[in-house]
Amino acid sequence: MKGTLSSVVIKQEWDIVGARQAGRQVSQDLGFGSVDQARIATAISELARNIYLYTEEGEITFEEVRDIPKVGLKIIAQDQGPGIKDLSAVMRDGYSTSGGLGAGLPGVKRLMDHFDLESDENGTKVTAIKWAR
Amino acid sequence: MNVKEVVLENSDQLIDRWISQLENDSLQDYTSTISGDMVEQMNKEFAEVVMQSLKEENNQLEALDQFAEKVVNLGWPFGYIAEGLQAFRTESTKFVLDQLETDKKDEFVEVMERVNNWIDPLKIRLMNQYSTNWNNILSMQKLALEELSAPLIPVMDEITVMPLVGTIDTDRAKLIMENLLNGVVKNRTDVVLIDITGVPVVDTMVAHHIIQAAEAVRLLGATCILVGIRPEIAQTIVNLGIDLSQFPTKSSLKKGFETALQMTEQQIVSKDSRSEDIEEILDSVGKE
Repeated sequence: MKGTLSSVVIKQEWDIVGARQAGRQVSQDLGFGSVDQARIATAISELARNIYLYTEEGEITFEEVRDIPKVGLKIIAQDQGPGIKDLSAVMRDGYSTSGGLGAGLPGVKRLMDHFDLESDENGTKVTAIKWAR
Repeated sequence: MNVKEVVLENSDQLIDRWISQLENDSLQDYTSTISGDMVEQMNKEFAEVVMQSLKEENNQLEALDQFAEKVVNLGWPFGYIAEGLQAFRTESTKFVLDQLETDKKDEFVEVMERVNNWIDPLKIRLMNQYSTNWNNILSMQKLALEELSAPLIPVMDEITVMPLVGTIDTDRAKLIMENLLNGVVKNRTDVVLIDITGVPVVDTMVAHHIIQAAEAVRLLGATCILVGIRPEIAQTIVNLGIDLSQFPTKSSLKKGFETALQMTEQQIVSKDSRSEDIEEILDSVGKE
């Protein structure tokens, strides 16, 4: 069973907070513990901030995934921005083009159970799944 | 032909028509969650306000402003005003044409034009008032948020606490840095405790700002201690791979404060030392 739970458009800085709250709500509904909720909220924060910093507009969608008997939350962050030039560099700790810590995407990968990054000149799509225990 | 007079003379009839139009029209989409009495009352007020402002032209526009404010305060959408006026325009044009009993194209166009000429200024006025009210509310909230943004509390000689509550965005991060550095200089602080108990999520950006603030504080010759790190936040920080080893961190403000006392070579001594003495005596008596 699969289903879209909610989606949030990211355009302004405050939309990051909206996305985080929506994510917290759905992760609570799916029965995640408080530590996993914090991990999910942090991952959403990173993905939403990337959209806000590097593109005009993007969207974060939450989906429920089931792999019986497991239940999971799938986060899809998609934008039509310029894309990421060097995919292996952004997954390296400490790499940043905006003067940040450069821990965002590799951090999300460690926070979540499954991580997938696709990017070309038409935009970027990050898919991440966290399984509830 | 005076279109306005026709409307004003028959205002009761027109209002009735208008209100029935409002009730069974598209406004239901907006007002479905609000009680029927409330909608009815507002519709009546809307009708009165519009009629009155037609009657007295320029002088009565305050009633209009008040009405717009009321709609904003009730949290009703702008569509209520826009569609309401649209319905009024349609009804009054129809009404006047019925009264004239004409089917001449020229007269029809003239009636339309005259009706538009009164209603458009009303519409613009209501629109402006509505958006101004919204902007006021927004800027007030922004100000209120800024006020509780980044207070700096000197608790003892050389020790200052900065409690952070809520989401940290770019603007707040700047404010935090400014307040922190000014406060450190002004209060001659040696140790600053930054308490993040009330920060819901510490992501790389928040961490980056905290690291920068701590580094800037260090340049001023003071030390930063990060306190109020909840277990789940500690885990996410480790997962993100953020290095916070440049400055001391503690789980609670209490522990951080104890460390700060040690660092500034201060001590808090209980004034009521006599009760301890008595306990000691009692203890020794008990032993014998």
